[in-house]
Amino acid sequence: MWRRWRKLKEAFIEALIRLCGISATIFVVGIFLFVCREAFPLRHNPDFHLTEFFLSIQWYPTSEITKRYGVLAMIAGTFSVTLLSMLMAAPLGLGAAIYISEFCAPRPREILKVLVELLAAIPSVVWGFAGLTITSRLIVRFTSADVGVNLLNGAVLLALMSVPIIVSLAEDAFKAVPDSYREAAIALGATRWQTTWRVLLPAARNGLTAAVLLGFGRAIGETMAVLMASGHAITIPHSVLDPVRTLTANIAAELGEAPAESTHYQVLFLTGVLLFLITFVVNLSAGLVIRRERRS
Amino acid sequence: MNRIEVRDLRVAYGDREVLHGVSFDLREKEILAIIGPAQSGKTSILRCLNRTLDFSPDARVSGAITVDGQLLDRHTDVEALRRKVGMVAPLPVGLPLSIYDNVAFAPRCAGISGRAELDATVEQCLRRAVLWDEVKDRLTISGTKLSGGQQQRLTLARALSHRPGILCLDEFSIAIDPVTTMRIEEVLRELRPELSIILVTNLTQQAKRLADRTMFLLKGEIVELADNGVIFSATPGDRRTFDYVNGKFG
Repeated sequence: MWRRWRKLKEAFIEALIRLCGISATIFVVGIFLFVCREAFPLRHNPDFHLTEFFLSIQWYPTSEITKRYGVLAMIAGTFSVTLLSMLMAAPLGLGAAIYISEFCAPRPREILKVLVELLAAIPSVVWGFAGLTITSRLIVRFTSADVGVNLLNGAVLLALMSVPIIVSLAEDAFKAVPDSYREAAIALGATRWQTTWRVLLPAARNGLTAAVLLGFGRAIGETMAVLMASGHAITIPHSVLDPVRTLTANIAAELGEAPAESTHYQVLFLTGVLLFLITFVVNLSAGLVIRRERRS
Repeated sequence: MNRIEVRDLRVAYGDREVLHGVSFDLREKEILAIIGPAQSGKTSILRCLNRTLDFSPDARVSGAITVDGQLLDRHTDVEALRRKVGMVAPLPVGLPLSIYDNVAFAPRCAGISGRAELDATVEQCLRRAVLWDEVKDRLTISGTKLSGGQQQRLTLARALSHRPGILCLDEFSIAIDPVTTMRIEEVLRELRPELSIILVTNLTQQAKRLADRTMFLLKGEIVELADNGVIFSATPGDRRTFDYVNGKFG
């Protein structure tokens, strides 16, 4: 009797742990299915055309006369602000990781790492606030822009927000390079920088690529800061000083106003599906890059 | 003229002194073997000579080391010193670069970029390390893909690539097979007319085969430093040398 009870208990705990393990998968799949289900009725909707969705820059979901559901401008907004932010965040983040892991003395290193983690803990709405009050004013002062809330402003914020991720993952990648490589290079008369540039960067290449990709994934999904600080205008930007609206900001701003089950509501969910797929592809490729590194 | 002069060298890690005042010379074009059991301070000596001990934060060094007449101190150009004093580590380390780039690494760090010059250096060094014939058709594959013995010869080629006047080998044979060991020993014999070599080894027979002089180091002190004819004779200067060389301890 006692033994059977113990066996039951063991089986129960095992099942519980397994459930915890697969819960992440269940949630991801569940959310994806839910978002898809809300967008699904669009398929029979005479007001909606998939080609218009992808290829039109006209977004008039609440117009009385001609409703338009084109998100091309927002796709352009999302990618322009994210790519510009990566142009800033990747060199900054990799540079910081190189400093922390290769040049810094052990004590300041620990302090720097804590500070970088702290940077990651700042809520995005606070970043948005900083974007409205600090960086946008700097942009007005130092450029010809009339308004500071624009593509550049959003990109600067996204860069600062994704730098911590890039730094900590890139630092891990450098840490994974065996010390024997460093010692061998130093013994051959290489300076620290030559060691880093010629040996460590090639050796850590895959890990560094993954770090930047995951930073990209972080930036592309960010909502609040870009909603507050990048202008929210539905145009395809022609310069870094033009305002933009991203897919995420559009959903956040409009979903509350869209009547449930309306075409507008469903299109916003379809935008969600699109975002989901984009981040899925980015994270998947980062995962593949890391896997390739492990194998080699 | 002596290539290296070491006077009263002391090394401590934290509170633990591992070298208690060691003095010796490395002569022009000789092979000097350093033998002795583990923990006797052999590797610490080498790490002082090319100043890689700088990377151990708790290490303290005193005494004087002169390389080619130049006293090593705070102002020494350590990169130039490390090019002058080549080093082969116990475990083979193929850098995660192509075979070509492995050998061209040190010349490039020294500022050489001419393709023809690099090509010539790479071929010459790989030939001298008897690796050329095995890899000449696949210089672009990664150095880490070679076998252990090949990687150790690659390490040797790399150590020769910056044209050192002095070559230090730290137990180069512990991770490789006897055949490769013999081939590298042959290479060292060929290099003797051009280079001064310090051979740290715990194979006393290897010291006997290769060296002109041998130093017996025990617990951070030199027991005896003499010509091989004396060290490996029936009557070396110290009883402990005889016992160690003949496998009575260590």
